[in-house]
Amino acid sequence: MSRRDGGPGSGPGARRSAGAGRAGPSVAQDQTRRLEQLLSAKEIVVTCGPGGVGKTTISAALAATAAARLGGRVLVLTVDPARRLADALGIAGLGNTARRVPDEAFAEAGVRPKGELYAAMLDMSESWDGLVRRYAPDPGTAGQILSNPLYKNITQRFAQGHDYIAMERLYELHEQGDYDLLVVDTPPSLNALDLLDAPGRMAEFFSSRLLRWLIVPYRSRLVNLASRPFYQVADRVLGSQFLEDLAGFFILFQTMREGFVARADAVNRLLRDVRTTFVIVTTLEAVPAVDAEQLIESLRARRLHLGLLVCNRVLPGSFSDPSVGRTAELLGQRSSELAESLAARLPLDKAAASRPATDTVARVLNEVARSFANFRLVATREAELLEELSTAHEVTAAVPYHPGNVTDLRSLLEVGARIWGDEGDAPSGQASATDRPRGRRGAGSSKEATGPAAQGPSSDH
Amino acid sequence: MPELLSYKLLFVTGKGGVGKTTVAAAIALLASEHGRRTLVCEAEPKGDLARAFECGPTPFGGLRISEDLVAMSMDTEASLREYLRVVARVPTVGHISPVARAFDFVATAAPGIREILTVGKLSFEVREGHYDLVVVDASSTGSVVGQLAAPTGINELIRVGLVRSQTDWILEILGDPSRTGAVVVTTPEEMPVTEAIDLAGRLAEETPVHLACVVANRVLPELFGRSEEQIFNELGRPARLDLIARELDSSRELVEDVLAAARLAVTVRRDGVSHLERLRAEIPAEVPLLYLPYLFARAHGLRAVRQVARALSEELLT
Repeated sequence: MSRRDGGPGSGPGARRSAGAGRAGPSVAQDQTRRLEQLLSAKEIVVTCGPGGVGKTTISAALAATAAARLGGRVLVLTVDPARRLADALGIAGLGNTARRVPDEAFAEAGVRPKGELYAAMLDMSESWDGLVRRYAPDPGTAGQILSNPLYKNITQRFAQGHDYIAMERLYELHEQGDYDLLVVDTPPSLNALDLLDAPGRMAEFFSSRLLRWLIVPYRSRLVNLASRPFYQVADRVLGSQFLEDLAGFFILFQTMREGFVARADAVNRLLRDVRTTFVIVTTLEAVPAVDAEQLIESLRARRLHLGLLVCNRVLPGSFSDPSVGRTAELLGQRSSELAESLAARLPLDKAAASRPATDTVARVLNEVARSFANFRLVATREAELLEELSTAHEVTAAVPYHPGNVTDLRSLLEVGARIWGDEGDAPSGQASATDRPRGRRGAGSSKEATGPAAQGPSSDH
Repeated sequence: MPELLSYKLLFVTGKGGVGKTTVAAAIALLASEHGRRTLVCEAEPKGDLARAFECGPTPFGGLRISEDLVAMSMDTEASLREYLRVVARVPTVGHISPVARAFDFVATAAPGIREILTVGKLSFEVREGHYDLVVVDASSTGSVVGQLAAPTGINELIRVGLVRSQTDWILEILGDPSRTGAVVVTTPEEMPVTEAIDLAGRLAEETPVHLACVVANRVLPELFGRSEEQIFNELGRPARLDLIARELDSSRELVEDVLAAARLAVTVRRDGVSHLERLRAEIPAEVPLLYLPYLFARAHGLRAVRQVARALSEELLT
């Protein structure tokens, strides 16, 4: 029975946070309680992390699960969802307009939600245009800015522009107060932390001395001694005409300065507000994990609230389980003997009208053993990284690898259940430490430990 | 020598997290092993290249990895300084810093300046013939189009000045399909494939750079033939599991867990194939699609680069 007890498997992983309580229901309940507390207390969840780790899916799963279990009006604001996910949420091609995910979608997933789930995409150019209209002193100036050929270029390419817009939209939605919980998925940026600095940089940009320099040519630039060397070079390199175009545009842009600066400050304050929490998503691959670790440190250094660390696409804990590994090794070593016993019992191969040849069976067995050895290597490395990351943060959830994609509400809620640390439908007393593969290893019984969702990868899709 | 290595300038790009850096490093390593004097440059100085080669920091001035291989990181301010010194012959190189800062600001504010400093530096290395091949670990999907489109954009925005006179030869290099190509990297998953298809289209429409090839990275091999898969499915039945468990002195659950790994490999492979089929159908037929295997060993570092280079070499020869 206790095939996963003790041994090297329960090693240092059991040491931290979950401690003795790791094995069994209390861990899951603990995780659920903490997460529900967190999401009930917060109004804003900002999901960030390195590119390609499934941030959008995790954001949507968090929002859907919060709407289903906690109630209230929950909005997920996504940047660039996969088409099938956008379809599943009913937001494909909707731009900035929020749309309610119908209760029928929940019903199809077998869930009666306590609250309401809304979803919206982030349309960059629509959002920028909206900002200009709001902060330009009059409609005429707004029109001039919007039709300036430099405008589109600048807003699309402005470093951190996308991050700023995401944070800005978040602020706007929060101000409107239509939702109890906002989950915002952040755009993939060069550096995941850029978004934290984006409002500040925007404010700085408008207050910059350099911006004033640039505007000088319209007002007798030679008077300004400090900027003269710049212009001597800039003239030669860029040509004065371009500089004047640029200056002309910035003079228009400057008219929005006050509004922008005040707003950027407000956005900044909101990110630091007690009602805001950050969720970091990563996979347990070497490079993303390093990025995630840096992100954790930076959040800490900025005194921002890190609510949850989600490790996505984690292989089943059984793959790094030594006793399973031993069985796999034996399977490979004794493949020919095994094949002998098996071949006679296997059904006829319809095409060949004969029993499968012993060596074919042996080849299959060897392939099975090799596959396991391959995944074991990856799973062991993952377990190590998870251990490192979990020591960096208390509330850590591991979401199992899900082949195919999360494309409907049902699978989103399944992912949510994994984050919550339970199986969703399972009676709470039986739910196990599914949140951490490490924990699973130490669990007394394997069945509920690996659970249906963990077997997702192994079931046919 | 494989055709891919006969280019002068290759931009390796794709969605974040698909293994761009490893693929760029592998191409560069392979080229240098063919005796091509190779420069590999990371467009975003994050230290990814140093991690891939397990070497120290790769400065703007370059770090020699081996006889024919130099690695560098882009630094637009250093690029500007070099440009002012070499091309514009601005005398105040020594005290350029305030001017450079001002430029940095213009580069942030004005479209295309930073991009042209990146692309210009790389084209410069090609033009001067310092290297036989320049491999760029380029920015991910979003900004690479901006970078490669910058010279054209600048041409439209700036009508006079030195920058303007520079864009012509840059455009000539970028637009020459025998010298310059883009390598789009993807993995057999929904979003990376969708982005790769999208990127292939945008490169063609918005930039002068032609698509040299698409690389499908981390592709799992086919585990079983059809009759083997039948056998494998049979193994999952309780009676077989029990038999195996008995013979191995193990338990049914443990055997099941062992089989789960192969089942995962089969499922992931099957899911990936559907995305790869979509990829093949959506990119132009004349663009080669190269497959690189999923590495179960370390996913980064020099060993991974070597393994990918070996796989790439085989793939390029077939």
